[in-house]
Amino acid sequence: MRVPAMTIVFYVIAAITVAGALAAMLLKNTVHCALALTVAFAGLAIQFLELDAQFAGFAQILVYIGAVAILVVFAILLTRGSETPKEGVFSKTWLAGLAIAAMVFAVLSWAVLNSTSSLPGDSPKPTVSVLEIGNALMGRYVLPLEIVAVLLTSALIGAVIVAKHEKGSAK
Amino acid sequence: MIKNADQIFVLLQHWIMSFFPSVLQPIVGVLLAVVTIICVFPALFAIAVLLERKGLGRMQNRFGPNRVGPLGILQPVADGLKSLTKEDIVPTSADAVVHFLAPVFLVVVVFMGYAVLPMGRNMTLVNMDAGLLFFFAMGASTELSVFMAGWSSRNKYSLLGAMRAVAQMISYEVPLLLSSLVVVMMTGSMNLGRIVDAQNQYSWGLPHWYIFTPWGFAAFLLYAIATTAESNRSPFDLPEGESELVAGYFTEYSGFKFALFFLGEYVGMLSVSGLGTTLFLGGWSAPFSFLTWVPSWIWFFGKVMMSICVFIWLRGTLPRMRQDQLMNFAWKFVLPLSLLNVFVAALWRFLGDGWARWGVCSAILLVAYFVMAKVGMKSEHFGPRSYRYAE
Repeated sequence: MRVPAMTIVFYVIAAITVAGALAAMLLKNTVHCALALTVAFAGLAIQFLELDAQFAGFAQILVYIGAVAILVVFAILLTRGSETPKEGVFSKTWLAGLAIAAMVFAVLSWAVLNSTSSLPGDSPKPTVSVLEIGNALMGRYVLPLEIVAVLLTSALIGAVIVAKHEKGSAK
Repeated sequence: MIKNADQIFVLLQHWIMSFFPSVLQPIVGVLLAVVTIICVFPALFAIAVLLERKGLGRMQNRFGPNRVGPLGILQPVADGLKSLTKEDIVPTSADAVVHFLAPVFLVVVVFMGYAVLPMGRNMTLVNMDAGLLFFFAMGASTELSVFMAGWSSRNKYSLLGAMRAVAQMISYEVPLLLSSLVVVMMTGSMNLGRIVDAQNQYSWGLPHWYIFTPWGFAAFLLYAIATTAESNRSPFDLPEGESELVAGYFTEYSGFKFALFFLGEYVGMLSVSGLGTTLFLGGWSAPFSFLTWVPSWIWFFGKVMMSICVFIWLRGTLPRMRQDQLMNFAWKFVLPLSLLNVFVAALWRFLGDGWARWGVCSAILLVAYFVMAKVGMKSEHFGPRSYRYAE
């Protein structure tokens, strides 16, 4: 019942993704960490493309590498966090963090493993064109889309207001 | 005969492929196409650089290069040899790995964009369903390379240049995507081949290019502004303004790595020109129906080189903007206009055929343009010019 997706390509990309994610945690220099995180993002994007999900893959590159990674490095530079603290970058509560991460991973993998059993096995790979995704977003899923849009707009306006207030008080 | 001239590169590819066993043929075909792209566009880059130096020289009342070869046309060869043989200097405090990766990443990403551009009839490397999205995904990745270059050099000019570049590229990416969105709305596809096909029709001998519609014309202008800013060209060349920041984010690069940045900038310019051609100027289609016998690739490359000439002309004409002007222009003028243009395009779609939609859409865009220009200029005070130091 397994879909033959576990090819060599999958393993190579998965290794690169995991290595990028690990490097993002373990490297000392924060900018290096951000760049390593970009590698992980790119690995995920290629993984999407490997599954023939063009839209998801390119959106991943456009949003995560083109915007999120850039914002991360920008934030690092603007907050003078690029200098490594002497006592190391690891927080003292790493054990608790590890436990939380393990629990999140357990929940996620439980959900994923349960969902595969509900899918019909050996079904052919669905080919979803970008046009169909667009139609679905504008038709069936228009309400969630609009809610997300309103949320993002309010966040944007909030950011503008925060920035404006600071400027006014400085004068 | 004429048909063969149109398809000459495709036929050539098939002819070379026929020498290989059928198992290898797909790989050989792709390799041939990739090698052609990697050879043709640097050649166009050399032509563009020469054109730019000659053209700028003409605009600034000087000769431009005129020593190497007849009329200086071998100047790019000499420049290339010079940059190949120069010493590659890496600053001691630089982050060596990131410093090395930045130009490589830039050139790779810039060349990837060409994979989806239809350069002629049947001349697309990958006919992708989400071609436009792929192009923009690759374009967005260049920002990271600019940041890597500026940060890893450990130089204040480099870092300032990189910060400026990233801020500018993020700001202008929004209008860039919004202005292209209009074309996707009208075509109903993100496949660049289908976008060209939709424009490759004629009525009364005139083509159905998107630039000949109110929303298309507005979108083309917005696209041109946004791509000029994205490729860090004058008047948006703050990130590498030589009178302020030496050379911006690639100050600490020398030799071949510098040449790679230079190449990346021009090849990126060529690729955004190619995309603009595809989206608004009908791609490889002929400008008049009686000219359709001219090979399609001549039209594509002709239009691209024309766009390059406009880039050069702008550089010779306009002074550099200030950073706050740049940001105000992006967020208070270009972005609202491109949002409005999306609305106008939807209106155009639902007003149906006829002349009414021409009037309504043009009126909305023109009124918005003039009102916004008026409001935007109100805060600027243009008194008599005052000199602080020069008197």
